[in-house]
Amino acid sequence: MVNQQPVIDIHNLNHYFGKGELRKQVLFDINLEIDRGEIILMTGPSGSGKTTLLTLISGLRSPQSGSCKILGKELCGASSAELVQARRKNGYIFQAHNLHHSLTALQNVQMGLEVHGKYSPAEMRDRTTAILEEVGLADRVNYYPDKLSGGQKQRVAIARALVAHPAIVLADEPTAALDSKSGRDVVNIMQKLAREQGSTILLVTHDDRILDIADRIVHMEDGRLVNNSVNQAA
Amino acid sequence: MFTSLKNRTPLGWLQLKHDKMKMLTALAGIAFADILMFMQLGFKDALFKTNTQYPRLVNGDIVLLSTQATNFNELYTFPRRRLYQAMDVPGVESAEPVYIGSLKWRNPQTKEKTSMMVVGFDPERPAFNLPEVNRQLDKVKIPDTVLFDRASRGKYEEVIAQVEQGKPLTTESDRTTVTIAGLFEVGASFADDGALMTSDYNFLRLFPRKQQGTVSLGIINLEPGQDLEATRASLNAYLPEDVEAYTHEEYVAKEVTYIQNRSPIGFVFTLGTTMGFIVGIVIVYQVLSTDVNDHMAEYATFKAMGYKNSYLLFVVFEEALILSIAGFIPSTFLAMGLYRLTAAATALPIVLPISRAITVLILTVIMCGVSGAIATRKLQSADPADIF
Repeated sequence: MVNQQPVIDIHNLNHYFGKGELRKQVLFDINLEIDRGEIILMTGPSGSGKTTLLTLISGLRSPQSGSCKILGKELCGASSAELVQARRKNGYIFQAHNLHHSLTALQNVQMGLEVHGKYSPAEMRDRTTAILEEVGLADRVNYYPDKLSGGQKQRVAIARALVAHPAIVLADEPTAALDSKSGRDVVNIMQKLAREQGSTILLVTHDDRILDIADRIVHMEDGRLVNNSVNQAA
Repeated sequence: MFTSLKNRTPLGWLQLKHDKMKMLTALAGIAFADILMFMQLGFKDALFKTNTQYPRLVNGDIVLLSTQATNFNELYTFPRRRLYQAMDVPGVESAEPVYIGSLKWRNPQTKEKTSMMVVGFDPERPAFNLPEVNRQLDKVKIPDTVLFDRASRGKYEEVIAQVEQGKPLTTESDRTTVTIAGLFEVGASFADDGALMTSDYNFLRLFPRKQQGTVSLGIINLEPGQDLEATRASLNAYLPEDVEAYTHEEYVAKEVTYIQNRSPIGFVFTLGTTMGFIVGIVIVYQVLSTDVNDHMAEYATFKAMGYKNSYLLFVVFEEALILSIAGFIPSTFLAMGLYRLTAAATALPIVLPISRAITVLILTVIMCGVSGAIATRKLQSADPADIF
């Protein structure tokens, strides 16, 4: 794989929900190229298809027509086993933190490494502790999610997404449930870690307060990408 | 693969441990089902044992029964002439009658009426392999004198103490005074509270309406070196159709088969065990399926992170296995205690052999496994695309 090749390379992607007469097109002729290390924000009203596009890129849904190449691998027409493999290359951050309540912060983050099945227990512990330190939770390592604040939980979720050094980080409104200070902290941490690891970030958001971290903002409306503007601030 | 399994976070265990109330509920449910199975299997085993204890003790090579006899508690009588005829068959050394009946007697201690099995045979020829009985056969030669089963159901401590001191004791049965002169030990059965042994002569005095010429059981011994099967076959060929000869082994097997397949009681206990099993499946399924439901979002997240469906299946089965073993251990101890209580209350020989503990453990694991398998169907609906 050549470095110059886009990490996310989407051409003429269409997507439909439903079958037969109820079949409804939700994505129209999407073209999107994202290079390595770029931070892209996707905005747009609810129901415009942002999340659907995110699920296609992340391998959670199977793309139907067009081309959707992620890290050089075509997901259009991929088998479900190939999709499972593709998911492991990404880090996910959800609107809700989606941490497991029965696991401590450490164990939750460790699940992000365990899925790869190639790290020794000592290695997993070291990397997990290190990344929890980086997100500022060194003293909360053995806390259960119930004992953490909203911002702290989201930081654990970020640690879980980034602990395996994914090439792509996908985030769906990660700041929606947080106050402005915690929200800001969370994006700053994401930006810092992604820069250090050279990850690409695709972030769906409604939050105007965090637009400044973007290298590029794409806007989606009624299933179409409308303007591909380069952010002046970045 | 093995190392990744060894190093994995024990998610099922952590999930169970996190919600202690739910785990306790599940364990109580499994213990309930296990104890139910233990008790039913224990009763069933006691039933088999008590209904075959006398047949097993019969002291003979071949047993002669009426063809209408179904089991030891329902032996039809046959003419004693068949035993004399059996003596004609080459190889037969002796053919002795055993008389069996059931009478109501008064417990000498409590004066309550209970039903006792009475066995009568010629004291010169011991009919059972009971050394304690065979040593005291001289006593039953005295009229209206019997030997008493000390393991009989009911309050007999004073009676036993007195007889052990060598002081015979009298009681009444059907206007006859009976003397208890000695003790032996076999145990009560589901049909009778206990047993008395006496001579054929005394038996007929206790049951005036029974005749010496109609017997319940014939015990045939062969001359040394005779072929058992061949003699049995020639006996059946020679004797009329109203009697059937069995080798001792065959006779015991016939009794066991009757209890297992023909008697309604055997069926009832098997049904009870099945009920316990099904109750267990329902309880464990409830616990596991609510657990899967509660963790649906987390499971979907794991799928989104790249965990396979099989990983989540494994978690559910891990929980099922932990629950089955953790529920089995306390219920085994409880069952042992309940067995003691039951044995003390009913005088039935109810004990816990290792083989039954293993049977119940296997049943528990299957029970939890089946519940787990049903509960995992919900896992399919943990769709990672829905959580974004």
